[in-house]
Amino acid sequence: MDIVEELLKGNRLALSRAITAIENEYDEAMDIMKKLYPHTGHAFVLGITGPPGAGKSTLTDKLARAYRAQGKTVGIIAIDPTSPFTGGAILGDRIRMNGLTTDEGVFIRSMGTRGSLGGLSHKTADAVKAMDAFGKDIIFVETVGVGQSEVDIVKAADTTMVVLIPGMGDDIQAIKAGILEIGDVFTINKADHDGADKLVREMNMMLDLDGLMTDWRPPIQKVIASQNEGITETIENIEKHFKYISENGILTKRRTERSKNEMLDVLHSNIGSYITKKLVESGKMDEYVEQIKARETDPYTVVSNVMKDMLK
Amino acid sequence: MAKVRVLVAKPGLDGHDRGAKVVARALRDAGFEVIYTGLRQTPEQIAEAALQEDVNVVAMSILSGAHPHLFPKVVNLIREKGMDDVLIIGGGVIPETDIPALKEAGIAEVFTPGTPTGDIVEFIKANVK
Repeated sequence: MDIVEELLKGNRLALSRAITAIENEYDEAMDIMKKLYPHTGHAFVLGITGPPGAGKSTLTDKLARAYRAQGKTVGIIAIDPTSPFTGGAILGDRIRMNGLTTDEGVFIRSMGTRGSLGGLSHKTADAVKAMDAFGKDIIFVETVGVGQSEVDIVKAADTTMVVLIPGMGDDIQAIKAGILEIGDVFTINKADHDGADKLVREMNMMLDLDGLMTDWRPPIQKVIASQNEGITETIENIEKHFKYISENGILTKRRTERSKNEMLDVLHSNIGSYITKKLVESGKMDEYVEQIKARETDPYTVVSNVMKDMLK
Repeated sequence: MAKVRVLVAKPGLDGHDRGAKVVARALRDAGFEVIYTGLRQTPEQIAEAALQEDVNVVAMSILSGAHPHLFPKVVNLIREKGMDDVLIIGGGVIPETDIPALKEAGIAEVFTPGTPTGDIVEFIKANVK
């Protein structure tokens, strides 16, 4: 099967195989990405992040259904943590989205973090591009359940939604740096639980104190995802934000920044592996390591010399 | 960097997923990526999830007695989708006398109650493509 050709024709198995090639860093992955790249740049990418158990998957399910009702096609990438000890993972986000599985306009892919610490996996951005080239109108990227500082999602998404739930801390939590700074749209899920209104007040206080705020004040919406309450309003908030960033040049700026990051990521990883390979093949790697261990030289000098030799 | 991906699913209507969860956890500890889809899956849902997740293995658990109907159906749907190399295994309360027919239908192995989880891990490692 010609993966690229079949993917562009709308073959779901080809899309699935492409993501596997990307994720496993098969040799053909780079070639697939090269060929898919010209077909990307059309999808709207929505990031969904928040603590474990906040209801991200349930909310994704409900939002995806609402977009399907509008006739839009949906891709979902759902990330769960990989064990740092065994490399294994339980990817359990699909369990909240079973009703979407047999809808041909929806494609869901679960990914393990595989050592990445920012809430995504290293290959999430490329998997998004594969779905984009496939023709999905909207791509949801659901992060792992995050703590305070996993903010990589902002680099991958056009609009980032932070999902919070009542009862997770006091108003000091609300003034800390980290994930609360990255929300373009806030959703307070499980709003039927005690403390939802207090959390809305605290979030508003946080936003009132935000000295860096632009014209966009992130809206805060109370939602009960399991009962489909507040979904319409949430979609309106997402769409308002997308309109805002489109009209103010922010979207262009974000996508320019993303293009730069994409290039730098590929650059760093390719140069790194090229030099490593050369060092290993020539036997210099072991030689340098021994010298460094014996304190005859140091890693900084070695790298300066290697760069002088190889990157003339 | 290839990682074994396993879909663990419960086809049919019985609501007992303790066994499936124990197996899912054991497979996780063996270093596999386990996509757990939970209870009450139709054969169509299982086959489509297997396709979207590009899994190497589909592991199904049934305690209701519907295995003679549901297991072969899942096998056929997965093969129809062009996934010829997926290893499909089953488990649950399955009478010994039913096992030959299930294997004939394309279920690679059937694990009945009392099977050490390590046996399932070893079987997957030995047979996965």
